[in-house]
Amino acid sequence: MASLVLDDLRKSFGPVAVLHGIDLAMPSGEMLVIVGASGCGKSTLLRLVAGLEVPTAGRILLDGRDVARLDPAERDIAMVFQNYALYPHMSVFDNMAYGLRIRGLPKDEIRTRVESSAEMLGLMPLLARKPRQLSGGQRQRVAMGRAIVRQPKLFLFDEPLSNLDATLRVQMRAEIRRLQRRMGVTSLYVTHDQVEAMTLGDRLLVLHQGRPVQLATPMEVFERPANTYVAGFIGAPAMNFLPATLSHGGTAAIFSPEQVIPFVDGRRPGADGRKLILGIRPEHVVADPAGMVLQVDLIEPLGSETLLIGRLPDGTLFSIKLANAAAGGESMAVRILPEHLQVFDAQTGLRLDPAG
Amino acid sequence: MIEHTRQRMIEHTRQRMIEHTRRRMNGRTDWAAHLVLCLGALLFLLPIWLVLVGATLEPAAIARGEFSLIPRLQGLGVYASVLTEGSPGAGPVWRMLLVSAGMALAIACGKIVISVLSAYAVAFFRFPFRMAAFWVIFITLMLPVEVRIIPTYTVMSDLGLINTFPGLTVPLIASATATLLFRQVFLAVPDELVEAARMDGAGPWRFLRDILLPVSAANIAALFVILFVYGWNQYLWPLLVATDPKLDTIVIGIVKMIGTETQTEWNRVMATAVLALVPPVGVVILMQRWFVKGLTEGDK
Repeated sequence: MASLVLDDLRKSFGPVAVLHGIDLAMPSGEMLVIVGASGCGKSTLLRLVAGLEVPTAGRILLDGRDVARLDPAERDIAMVFQNYALYPHMSVFDNMAYGLRIRGLPKDEIRTRVESSAEMLGLMPLLARKPRQLSGGQRQRVAMGRAIVRQPKLFLFDEPLSNLDATLRVQMRAEIRRLQRRMGVTSLYVTHDQVEAMTLGDRLLVLHQGRPVQLATPMEVFERPANTYVAGFIGAPAMNFLPATLSHGGTAAIFSPEQVIPFVDGRRPGADGRKLILGIRPEHVVADPAGMVLQVDLIEPLGSETLLIGRLPDGTLFSIKLANAAAGGESMAVRILPEHLQVFDAQTGLRLDPAG
Repeated sequence: MIEHTRQRMIEHTRQRMIEHTRRRMNGRTDWAAHLVLCLGALLFLLPIWLVLVGATLEPAAIARGEFSLIPRLQGLGVYASVLTEGSPGAGPVWRMLLVSAGMALAIACGKIVISVLSAYAVAFFRFPFRMAAFWVIFITLMLPVEVRIIPTYTVMSDLGLINTFPGLTVPLIASATATLLFRQVFLAVPDELVEAARMDGAGPWRFLRDILLPVSAANIAALFVILFVYGWNQYLWPLLVATDPKLDTIVIGIVKMIGTETQTEWNRVMATAVLALVPPVGVVILMQRWFVKGLTEGDK
């Protein structure tokens, strides 16, 4: 258990800057999920903390001690890899015990630690097996066990569930969360899967092109995204974006000429005519005969809900999620619920909150 | 549910087709394949059979050209005789076998140790002139022992290693082929495995000993077989560097037995040839178990 602080952490590979200064403070016991599209630098960030890469600049403080230039072995950090990286020639027991043996722990201590971790993960009957005799889920457990026995200050997870099938992924997700809570170990978890991000993290760090875009609780990221990138990235199906302009003295927005949508939570700063982007999630749209007309291109029944994808009269793509399964037709009239409206500046893409 | 049933039907049909094909192939080509195999086996066995039989015949009979294809059991004593007593022109076979085995083992082990270490350096570490070192090793591929035999002899002679066991083996140990092979094997080891070991606190030597060598065991075994046979069959270099009969290898010994002015005792030559075959065949059979095991278990 330890606190982790990243101080202006930067990494370049040759002339290519991958991380442009990450600042982060994690209290002891927190589970922080780093999320972003491929190539955003999230794995690099994790590898910097692990010590597998050397930062170009910046500090990594683990319990107040700068570990940025230390060898991975000296940092007291354990990592779970995407492809498990189990030692193929060692039994499950030896895989878990290897790190402890290197640290020179006494034999009985190693045995007790490995067995108690194996017990926790349900690996007891498998201790004598080799990795190739295990299923994907079991290998994943062994990889976790190898991290747990070390009783490290920090856990790092590098997309640990992406090689598992969907059912197993849900199951392991819950298990990881339970274990992390129970052991109270500070954890960094990298994923591109937003469901994992939402369900696992105490907080989310959204990375975009090597820059932190938002650091907040999952619900805050979902409800108050910091910019259009986060808004579009988190939430499935993705949020709809409509170009609009500010009007009525900042109390409403106008889009596709005749549609006016009032801001129910207060006026936005700026002069009338300021270019905006309105964000509205597909589930925050209702059918209303008096509303705007949507030309439906595609209907995706999801069982309890139906997803309609179509175009507004001005050609903007728009999707809506309806609670009833029987909805649908060539076109339908819909209305945006103004209380769920997200407002962004068209130039910067940043969120515009009510002024004052 | 429908999808599931359909999948099962497809699977079932596929299985039946495979079975059908297999049965048809069996029926039509079984005897032909066997015939070809038997012919091939006979072709390879015949000379070996001749040597086995020849060793038991009377030397005078062979000289007269009366070569029977049936072994003469009372002639089996020749093996004990060549092993312990020595023959005209060469010492006892046990001694030559020992020299050959020592040389082949030293060459195989030496080559493996040196090439594993150099491949480890080239594949896993970043250091100045790494690629230069790699290319220097690579270029020696074009300079086999035969090409550089005179300079090598001079070097050995200056070092005072003529007619010594190190002189016999050391120049044959440096090996680019094995280094390149191990480099490829090591490059195929996933990065995550290396990183996991680093996180576990394994230093470079520990990683080499605990992870890399066990993971590459199958390749090492396979290479050992090849190198042992290579070392065993060396002729030119031992001929040059070791004139002392105490350092005669079995291959040299056989040649010496043939080339004397007295009448060649062919039964003794053939018995020696049979004995010369035993160790490399033994190594192949022994290690075969190993590397088949390695091939089936080794998923990196």
